[in-house]
Amino acid sequence: MIPTMTMTTTLRPATGCDMLDDFLIRAGLAGVGLSLATGPLGSFVVWRRMAYFGDATAHAAILGVALALATDLPAGLGTLVVALAMAVTVAGLAARGWAMDTTLGVLAHSALALGLVAVSFVPGARTDLAAYLFGDILAVTRGDVAFIWGGSVLVLGLLVWRWQALLTATLNEDLAQAAGLRPGRERLILTLALAVTVAVALKVVGALLIAAMLIIPAAAARGLSRNPEGMALMAVAIGAGASLGGLALSLWQDTPAGPSIIVAAAAMFMVSALVRRR
Amino acid sequence: MTGVLIAADHLCVRRGGTEVLHDVSVQVRAGEIVTILGPNGSGKSTLLRALLGIVPADRGRVTRAPGLRIGYVPQRLNIDPSLPITVRRFLSLPRRVSDDHAAAALTRAGLPEVAGRQMAALSGGQLQRVLLARAMLGDPSLLVLDEPTQGLDQPGEAAFYRLIEEVRQATGVAVLMVSHDLHVVMAASDRVICLNGHVCCEGTPQVVSTAPEYRALFGLGTRGALALYQHVHDHDHDHDPHDPHDDHDHHPAPGHGV
Repeated sequence: MIPTMTMTTTLRPATGCDMLDDFLIRAGLAGVGLSLATGPLGSFVVWRRMAYFGDATAHAAILGVALALATDLPAGLGTLVVALAMAVTVAGLAARGWAMDTTLGVLAHSALALGLVAVSFVPGARTDLAAYLFGDILAVTRGDVAFIWGGSVLVLGLLVWRWQALLTATLNEDLAQAAGLRPGRERLILTLALAVTVAVALKVVGALLIAAMLIIPAAAARGLSRNPEGMALMAVAIGAGASLGGLALSLWQDTPAGPSIIVAAAAMFMVSALVRRR
Repeated sequence: MTGVLIAADHLCVRRGGTEVLHDVSVQVRAGEIVTILGPNGSGKSTLLRALLGIVPADRGRVTRAPGLRIGYVPQRLNIDPSLPITVRRFLSLPRRVSDDHAAAALTRAGLPEVAGRQMAALSGGQLQRVLLARAMLGDPSLLVLDEPTQGLDQPGEAAFYRLIEEVRQATGVAVLMVSHDLHVVMAASDRVICLNGHVCCEGTPQVVSTAPEYRALFGLGTRGALALYQHVHDHDHDHDPHDPHDDHDHHPAPGHGV
């Protein structure tokens, strides 16, 4: 049922005088900008085994879109609020010792289903649904690019600021606490960063593939790195490369752009796994 | 009371409805090696965690000397295979240290050549030594170790306690550790606190090993091991700590009676 989203935007020649007028340049910038956040955040998601947590938060974004459309608020804001609520709920349940695998499974799929049902009540939103599920990177506006870069730089800044503490708490919470750090606060920072990233990534790869954008580049970077910082930087590079590669594939074969980006990332993961094996 | 680095005062800790620690008062003074000994479930680790501030006290309190720096060696460190990290990078957590400091700490821990290795590739004994090296990097006045030799074989265990004694000799750091293995710890401690929810008995290893409370707690099965080690403390040791034959050397810190 994947529609051809690329058809919504027709190819136009670049004007040359203003690069941002070119939809391809904007799409490339959006993908690279998103990778700045998903590289390091995705590394933490992998290290802390939060993959399903990312999925639950991302799926909640659809509900946020429905609420935003119903109340005429910007979709980014609605997504951010609902993703944040979901992330805080999940983190709270985890702290109370709920069985996370089951809880996250319930929450992730319920949020997605509820979002899809809610969207069906909003007039005219049904036609846009595919864009929210799979992204519509070829249709990003200048405003979208600014939102994506703003959010990504915010996430990156948060992670760089808390890097040493986050890493210590990820390795061993007792070690962090004995050093005067507060692992609970670091978890909250990751939760916040995840919500912002979901809001930012919705337009690029869509709710269904946000978690993939977090996990696949980081997993591909793992085999090529010796240190945490190296892995995070490599994940940024792989994410950016996958964005540009996916756009190229989309342009060349007229495939949907969001899934093409993830396909490119998956190909890079395969190459990395083969290189590591040798 | 001078020289007390950290003290628990009538400490009570409840967890999940049961009282894990009841009216526990302990102190660690500058330069001494204190071991908390007790069977599984006796609240040893909880006491350490309460002293470190990880677990809150329900009654009583924990006091620390002003500006006390603590180096902590956790019970174990499970590094997720998805996280690449070299020994050198690990030593810079949570505070970054210079290459010179890192190299010196590894050399002191007896592992001068592992800086570039992955943490996940270390053996159990090497990992414990790296954890000790990291804990010493902050120049602590108190080193806290939670069952540091879990998973090591007997020679590895003895070597690790010897290393702790050497570090104490070289730096004057006080050591507080938890253990359930009896004899090696007995040989390496100035003072032993026998814990089973409350402090059963306390004193030099020799005194504790003959205390009826201790025997009641650990049963008759340990008599053989204790007899084996009793001779060590029947006389005073004051050997060169670097003498390789001196497995059991035992240097009481000045300023308190042992």
